[in-house]
Amino acid sequence: MRDDCRIGGMVVAEVCRNVAGKRPTPWEDVRDVASYWHLLANLVHRDLTVRYKRSILGFFWTLLNPLLMMVILTVVFSHFFRFAILHYEIYFLSEFLVWMFFAQTTANSMASLAWNGPLMKRVRLPKTIFALAGTVAGMINLLLSCGPLIAIMLVVGAPVRPALLVLPLSFLVIAVFTLGVSLGLSALAVYFDDVAQMYQVGIMGLMYLTPIMYPLDILPDRFRWLVEFNPLTKLFELARYPIYHGQLPPLAVFGVGVALALGALVLGWTVFRRLAGGFYLHL
Amino acid sequence: MLALSSAAAIAMHDVSVRFRVPTRRIPTLKEWAIRRLTSRFQYEDFRGLDGVSLELGIGRSLGIIGANGAGKSTLLRVIAGILAPTSGAVAVRGRVAPIIELGTGFDQELSGRENVFFNGALLGRSRTEMRKRFAGIVAFAELEDFIDAPLRTYSTGMAARLAFSVATTVDADVLLLDEILSVGDGAFVARCKERIASFRRAGVTILFVSHNMNAVRWLCDEAIWLRDGRIAAHGPAKDVTAEYSQWLKTDKSSARRRHG
Repeated sequence: MRDDCRIGGMVVAEVCRNVAGKRPTPWEDVRDVASYWHLLANLVHRDLTVRYKRSILGFFWTLLNPLLMMVILTVVFSHFFRFAILHYEIYFLSEFLVWMFFAQTTANSMASLAWNGPLMKRVRLPKTIFALAGTVAGMINLLLSCGPLIAIMLVVGAPVRPALLVLPLSFLVIAVFTLGVSLGLSALAVYFDDVAQMYQVGIMGLMYLTPIMYPLDILPDRFRWLVEFNPLTKLFELARYPIYHGQLPPLAVFGVGVALALGALVLGWTVFRRLAGGFYLHL
Repeated sequence: MLALSSAAAIAMHDVSVRFRVPTRRIPTLKEWAIRRLTSRFQYEDFRGLDGVSLELGIGRSLGIIGANGAGKSTLLRVIAGILAPTSGAVAVRGRVAPIIELGTGFDQELSGRENVFFNGALLGRSRTEMRKRFAGIVAFAELEDFIDAPLRTYSTGMAARLAFSVATTVDADVLLLDEILSVGDGAFVARCKERIASFRRAGVTILFVSHNMNAVRWLCDEAIWLRDGRIAAHGPAKDVTAEYSQWLKTDKSSARRRHG
């Protein structure tokens, strides 16, 4: 238990206690992470810049990368692959962007926790901070990629509506869900080597179980329940409504999204808190 | 709850750390599931620390000596709050700097400069605060020419210099040193010693793990000798190191007798 203090954190520490069998309460965990916001900012900065460290264009890739990717996908999907949907490429991109965010953030979180193992053996830190930093960095990338997205919408002549302004809120709900999944998975990946590999296969299957590139009604009835059962199906509609339909998500969609996000967060965080005590032996 | 008297920086009461490790590590989730179903889990309990009680005053420096695997590093980690004790309690007053040891805690891909800011952030220092200290940190480590090179291009000695320089410039109250004076050239070691001495004058509490008895005698007021996770001796550094050196000699000769 700790009396208003963080070892190494921002609070001017008085006395820190490390007592057997005392797991910090969730509230203490939150305050712990909050007191490390300098570290969080630093980790986010590192996530955003390291990837492009050794390239000439540097941080500019953050914008160029999604733009090039989206141009390629738009060409491919609007010419070879089309369904009878108006502005199919925007239908696809609206969910593909959040899918990329979800897939990359969860994978990064698993790698990041393992990668920072040596650091955690040297100084006490809130271990949840790595998944949190990965989610925040991913969210910044996601927001930045809205620029190229709108450019493409204008080029292909898809309507750009004020409903787009709700996107940050939609992204936030999706990010909370992603954080929960990242916490749970990264904790498991510390204990078991095969989690990351199984996840690679699993995430590919999951992509096809989410109606990102096809409309739900092309599915035969005997498979449709599988896709409707997938939480991402409902969650990602939060992005498709404002981007593709140009409407605010209906209240029901929004409510389901928030419930899913909070559920994932509670579940993932619980798994993380239970396993975190044993990280030391596995990292 | 464990009380910490006003003059004490660290108090430990009957601290034990036991690690429960499977006799064979279960590397995959698949294997774990199979064992779970067939209920074949075998654990081995392994003691890191066994009933350690200790109190250390503010500004004192404590040497920790003992054979490999005696629990020296475990002790540092319990004090740093990295490991939770299995039983007992620890109380520490003030800010604990990251354990300074060789070759960890730095990001190889980032430049020396970025690593300085990152390590500052670990201690709750903002970039602005670190900017003020930056020149001093780099000068002490003598890395002016290399500070923008990625860390992977540094030698072990250079990385250790940077680690020591950062950790000792952030005004921590408790400093944990794990066998760090063993690298670095003579000149740098001399400056480390100078800085550690000024810390002692400034009232920073220091815990120093080392196999170098001269360094412990020179640097520490008191010392503990850890043996199989227990405190075998605690007293003035001079006495404890002498006792330990004596034990090493006789233990080696008795081992030789057993084998001969």
